[in-house]
Amino acid sequence: MPILPPPPERIDHLIEGMTLFDPGAESGLLVVLPHPDDESFSSGGTMALASDAGVRVTYLCGTYGDMGRRMGSPFFATRESMRDVRERELADACAVLGARYELLGMRDRMVEFEDPREVAERVRAAIERLAPSTVITFYPGHAVHPDHDAMGLATQLAVESLEGPKPQLLAVAVGDREQLRAKLGPQQVAVDIRSVRQRKLDALRAHRSQTELMFLRWEQQREEDEQTRAFREEMLTVERFYRLNGVPVRPPG
Amino acid sequence: MGPIDPVQVQAELDARHGLDLYVHLETTTGSYTALGPEKRPPVIAFIRNATVRYERALVTGEGPYRVGLKLDGGWVYAQGLTDFTVNERGELLLAGHDPEGNLRVALQLSQRPFRE
Repeated sequence: MPILPPPPERIDHLIEGMTLFDPGAESGLLVVLPHPDDESFSSGGTMALASDAGVRVTYLCGTYGDMGRRMGSPFFATRESMRDVRERELADACAVLGARYELLGMRDRMVEFEDPREVAERVRAAIERLAPSTVITFYPGHAVHPDHDAMGLATQLAVESLEGPKPQLLAVAVGDREQLRAKLGPQQVAVDIRSVRQRKLDALRAHRSQTELMFLRWEQQREEDEQTRAFREEMLTVERFYRLNGVPVRPPG
Repeated sequence: MGPIDPVQVQAELDARHGLDLYVHLETTTGSYTALGPEKRPPVIAFIRNATVRYERALVTGEGPYRVGLKLDGGWVYAQGLTDFTVNERGELLLAGHDPEGNLRVALQLSQRPFRE
């Protein structure tokens, strides 16, 4: 187990110009992403802070993550055992974060080939049932993995289609930071997760098949450049989101 | 799943000779190669639950191994296979892993459809 460094005392430089968001003040938090482990990487701290404050936190997970390349290190999963392995890992991670999870059961990698309106309809049903005040998803078109983009689009469509008051829709962008800043500007919303960084780490560790190699490299300080170290340190300090409400829907392609 | 024993794998292939089988064939770099230092685009392909019947099947090489299936009118081929198992459903799973345990290639045969 790598020793978790103490959090930085100052985070001003990481959240400059952003609105600080308190997940504990929400009346419900719904996270909609395609893979088991996306929730912990992108929003684990936010989810833990919300659930600690008594907010109902739900992870609506699009796929079983059953086409992943990481099988553990050394490998312990097979292509065919992966679905069950990853659902167990998801249950463990959600227990750490104080969240419930629901699975949409799509095939990993194939989300973009489903009809986005049908996926959006299922997301919308979950939003109507759970009535979250904030929904978190990926930023469509700016999330690297095609499943991420497709799940973000479906969630954006779902929120657009709601009648009446809409929840706040926050989006996670993935990729080269400079490129994202050039395209989208800085994020508008930041969550200070320093107080729950150990929980986020524990949730990531629960996704053993996917994160074992990352922790192994960390422990052995193998293949670690300054960029990797800085990325991890930030990931355990703040979670930053774009506001997607009002952003026009951009069809895929 | 453990290291390929070519004698055992050949016996498993022979046992499925002439049967109607479901195949899963896959190769993957993973989805995040574009974020790596070399910024290579991901290369991924898979086919799942296509049906095949073979008239000849061989495992070759000295490890990593190759497997070729000669169909009536076609071929199935995988290179870079390192590990295998027959799971609790009786499915023959062949996989190629890199030294860190990541999947590179998979060739799987089953008499029942693989889970959708």
